[in-house]
Amino acid sequence: MTPPTDTEERRIAYGAAFTEGLAQMMDADPNVFVAGEDVGRAGGVFGSFRGLNERFGDMRVVDTPISEQAIVGLGTGAAVSGLRPVVDVMFMDFMLVAMDQIVNQAAKLKYMFGGKATLPMTITTSAGAGLSAAAQHSQSLEAMLCHIPGLKVVMPSNPYDAKGLLISCIRDDNPTVFVKHKRLLGLKGEVPEDLYEIPLGAASTVRSGDDVTVVTYGRMVHEATSAANALASAGIECDVIDLRTLQPLDMDTVVQSAQRTSRVAVVHEAVRFGGLGGEIASQIAEEAFDYLDAPIERIGAPFSPVPFSPVLEKEWVPNAEMIGERIRALAAA
Amino acid sequence: MDPSPETLLDLHRRMVRIRHFEEAAGRLAEQNRLPGFLHLYVGEEAVAAGVCANLDDDDQISSTHRGHGHLVAKGGDYGGMMAELMGKATGYCGGKGGSMHICDLDLGMLGANGIVGGGVPIAVGAGFANKYRGSDRVSVVFFGDGASNIGAFHEAANMAAALSLPVLFVCENNEYGEFTPRDRTMAITDVVDRAAGYGMPGAIVDGMDVVAVWEAASEAVSRARRGEGPSFIEAKTYRFYNHHGVQTLGMKYRSDDELEQWKQRDPIELFEDRLASAGVLDADGAQAVHDAAEADIEAAIAFAEESPLPDPDSLLVDVYTQAEYSGATA
Repeated sequence: MTPPTDTEERRIAYGAAFTEGLAQMMDADPNVFVAGEDVGRAGGVFGSFRGLNERFGDMRVVDTPISEQAIVGLGTGAAVSGLRPVVDVMFMDFMLVAMDQIVNQAAKLKYMFGGKATLPMTITTSAGAGLSAAAQHSQSLEAMLCHIPGLKVVMPSNPYDAKGLLISCIRDDNPTVFVKHKRLLGLKGEVPEDLYEIPLGAASTVRSGDDVTVVTYGRMVHEATSAANALASAGIECDVIDLRTLQPLDMDTVVQSAQRTSRVAVVHEAVRFGGLGGEIASQIAEEAFDYLDAPIERIGAPFSPVPFSPVLEKEWVPNAEMIGERIRALAAA
Repeated sequence: MDPSPETLLDLHRRMVRIRHFEEAAGRLAEQNRLPGFLHLYVGEEAVAAGVCANLDDDDQISSTHRGHGHLVAKGGDYGGMMAELMGKATGYCGGKGGSMHICDLDLGMLGANGIVGGGVPIAVGAGFANKYRGSDRVSVVFFGDGASNIGAFHEAANMAAALSLPVLFVCENNEYGEFTPRDRTMAITDVVDRAAGYGMPGAIVDGMDVVAVWEAASEAVSRARRGEGPSFIEAKTYRFYNHHGVQTLGMKYRSDDELEQWKQRDPIELFEDRLASAGVLDADGAQAVHDAAEADIEAAIAFAEESPLPDPDSLLVDVYTQAEYSGATA
């Protein structure tokens, strides 16, 4: 599932890949519509919905009130009625406003109804620090979503995955949460023009090595890869695994790598305490304890809200340099 | 528009069927034969019956924690309901939902709901789907006076109005949010006052008068079917049993006198008097409807009790839908 390299190259941005995937699904399936704050006439605050309202009209690209509970509920009610909604919650932080509709309603309806409901709804949102957007517009809250049976969660790291995962999310008959990272929106990469899926629950090995397994996702794929490339010159070769989907987790890929390298670091931007790294480390310990030569290293943000001032925010977000230091120590342990 | 004799008999039958289901569920709960929570609709039958008599199977409703009456009024099957209340495999939800999540999507009943106000945005979403498809279906939100204080209600009501969706908001104002009287939780007397804030027409009806409810709902449903947007009906009603279960849990939150005064206006008794005076249904005829409902409920209880319990291996079934995307379907 690595991007094709021998086809004619077309490089577009992560945000544009998202828009393209959405537009292609709307072309292909008349049941697909999108609703959210500023997604219509304004084209989305990050431009992710640009041009869609003009092309598909007000009924399929719906400007909503600033009402996250009603936005998610709109999607849930439309989905159980047979449509295939994409509802946008502008910032991941705002999902907290809609948590009842996401967790108590959308995630559980199928199960509570004895399987009778089908909920093909995608919630799209934008997460992550790096814009000095401060504590209420910068969080990475994926761990709390992954804790909820009934939801699927993806966090793409590159344009190719962004398009393919979005298409898979929209086609999936379950409530899925598609999390863009705001700092990746302008990242360019190769993206095929055709409509393609990246299966949910399949990780991708973005760099191969036998010394240390680095499990990561989202923006941290780039920081971890950068750290791994620097370590290679010191003779430390890392397997870097981009999880891509966080619920369900592709633990087979992770455990197989861990058994081979015997040393594992898990890296995410989210706060380390209670983060997904704990779950991943725990599962590795259950599945591959006897293979490990060192304690599993968990790297994540410190236990504070995301600060505003650029100098503080830079200190808060894990970066390639500190990741490299921690992996170097892990390799020597 | 006056209801036809057929409509009057239909309204009566729906109310009686709700009453008998709820009385039976109450008895079973008192005998510890039902697990979990039970919120009975006795006293409020005229609201569900009067509204749902205006709906077809493909019109949707969303309900509340006090949801049995809505499902019965929508045509729900006693056997599947009783089995669900007992947590049996043959229940509407296979025993995974229970009283607070009882539903029948084939009848457009989008579920009772354990979260106060939680069903409001969902019915608005169903209304959106109806408009999206260009159909004349409508969706109805049943909610209580208590739910009108929660954010989800306000967000969804505003959205329904802003997007001009075919949705009917039906507030069942039974004067208590759980155990706390309405006048301690809101500074208005009539919940319908809130409709004006969203730019939707509202009406107050006597929720113990099934014809009054039917007439108001008929007008509001027609309006929605014509594409003229959402409406709001506040039905003044009362629950004859406790918030939860039959007894009061020893909590003295309302007076016997108040309860007795409301029981004097029992919606079924009031309506039966009216039907008799109008020559539509005499006492024997009414009794026959009660007898038929009671026979059905006894059969439903027997069915439920004889039904198998869920297979423990079904625990993880239906957390997710496994189906592959089958392509665009119009």
